[in-house]
Amino acid sequence: MSAPADIAAPAEGEPRKPPPVRVLVSVLAAVLLAAAPLFLAPYAISTLTRMLVFGLLAASLALLVGVSGLPSLGHAAYFGAGAYAAGWFAQNVSAQAPLSLLVAAFTGGFVAAATGWIAVRARGVFFLMLTLAIGEIVHQVADSWESVTGGSNGLYGIPATEVGGAAITNVGVLHWYVLAAFGGGFAVLWAVKASPFGAALRGIHDNEPRMRSIGYPTSLYKYAVFVVAGTVAGLAGGLLAAQQRLVTPADLGFTTAALALLAVIIGGARSLWGACLGAALVIFVRDSIGPSLDGHGPLLLGVVFILVVYLMPNGVAGIRIGRGKGGGKP
Amino acid sequence: MNPLLSCRDLSRSFGALKAVDAVDLTVHAGTRHALIGPNGAGKSTLLKLLTGLLRPDSGTVHLGGQDITRLSEVKRSRLGLSQTMQQVSLFPSMTVAENVALAVRRHRGGTISALPARRGPRRHVDRQVDRLLTDAGLRNRDTLPVSALSHGEAKQVELALALACEPRLLLLDEPGAGMSPAESARLTELVLHLPAEITVLFIEHDLDLVFALATEVTVLHLGKVLLTGAPGDIRDDPRVQEAYLGTSRRADLFTTPPPTSGEPRVPTRP
Repeated sequence: MSAPADIAAPAEGEPRKPPPVRVLVSVLAAVLLAAAPLFLAPYAISTLTRMLVFGLLAASLALLVGVSGLPSLGHAAYFGAGAYAAGWFAQNVSAQAPLSLLVAAFTGGFVAAATGWIAVRARGVFFLMLTLAIGEIVHQVADSWESVTGGSNGLYGIPATEVGGAAITNVGVLHWYVLAAFGGGFAVLWAVKASPFGAALRGIHDNEPRMRSIGYPTSLYKYAVFVVAGTVAGLAGGLLAAQQRLVTPADLGFTTAALALLAVIIGGARSLWGACLGAALVIFVRDSIGPSLDGHGPLLLGVVFILVVYLMPNGVAGIRIGRGKGGGKP
Repeated sequence: MNPLLSCRDLSRSFGALKAVDAVDLTVHAGTRHALIGPNGAGKSTLLKLLTGLLRPDSGTVHLGGQDITRLSEVKRSRLGLSQTMQQVSLFPSMTVAENVALAVRRHRGGTISALPARRGPRRHVDRQVDRLLTDAGLRNRDTLPVSALSHGEAKQVELALALACEPRLLLLDEPGAGMSPAESARLTELVLHLPAEITVLFIEHDLDLVFALATEVTVLHLGKVLLTGAPGDIRDDPRVQEAYLGTSRRADLFTTPPPTSGEPRVPTRP
């Protein structure tokens, strides 16, 4: 290797490392989330827990929408499938700690695998419409399969998750349980995004025909990421069942899917943590501000959405923290 | 010489238009084979039939003795068929190095794992990318987003990307299109210095570039092969001039006749 190449080497390696500021912010966020039950009121804690659950759903959707360019309007189907599976499993088999979550993740992935192969053949608006249709079908199944899902009443009376024989009833402990699972799910999404497979997904987002011409079987890759995202959404659904101990058809309906997509766009579609922030904002507006507005929460969400699209075209993640963040304004 | 690529009786119609009409084409290993012809001669359609983007109505395509007529674009790429596009077609959200790394991982011993790659110093993929970019004259451009490049540089990235796929046969669709004379000279140099194991089939309108590069030329006209031969024979053939101009006025066709006929003109670097 000649001398000039060695001069160029550090410049090439540099952007791969996350800048120290970002590492610091992530660690700080993790510590704050973990410490929250120590100084927050129970209602605030459970709101924060709900943000984590919905944040994981939004992050899994961001892997589809932002990284792979697959705008799905049916992602709540896998979230809901996971939630029902976890609830049913806890009721009928075992409420032991991680089991129902594993069942939820598997179910989410399984339903995504069973339905995704139709969707990934289409692109753009057609993909959007197909996923919408799949979401509606799964919603219909949840609504009418009464012996398993409880029909339109939903699945209620789900027992609390048990750790070593003791049920988790304290909201603070439940928060830690959800936080740990959230960490696991988010790590999976992050690893996929940062991997060579993730780079191929970005390539498909940018220019799918060219990816095929350089030898990538793009439909297979899209199918794979669809199943991964469905699995993590299923895990998030399992957390939903563990927290609210009630699963209704609305949890896998169009509204949930649309709110998740809204969270992803607010967060800045290409960023996983941005999607989590977007989800937190959506939950905050819907659950904390909404009730005091005589049910005009959705109106406020609409206003927030319009403001974000105009003022922050790259979403929350477009606000630069440290350096090395592409896409944001200089 | 053994044929690397051979098409037999290849046809493709769009409605009533026979874009490619019973074309026989043989590309020998190691040659620089030019495909020329007036607009609408079927050059681009023929190239798409070779890459697998379009399926032929009839006829066969063989690559290195293997029938690839029914294989997908992806499989053909894995067999060593690589191409650059007429319009620059890259991955705009990525840097130059990331663009090339995509192809390197797929074709040169990298893996497409779903776990983040180790951040070791100078990994295998990085070294390969480095070498390809150096060869393409883009070494100090590697951290730029491709959207920040000039048209000529973007075309160089196209070439580096195509070469990263370890091609046996490299298909170039109008490599010189939209280039300044300096950029076009640079491109000529790059193609001339490609290793002999890589066979090149290229479409080009700039006849100076064709005669500088080609060792063999095929002329297409109205979807049919008019003739195939050495560049010197092609230049002097009245049928070619008729196809281009509809007359036999040869002086108008080659506006800059080379000083000594038959000898390829190698442009000097600016």
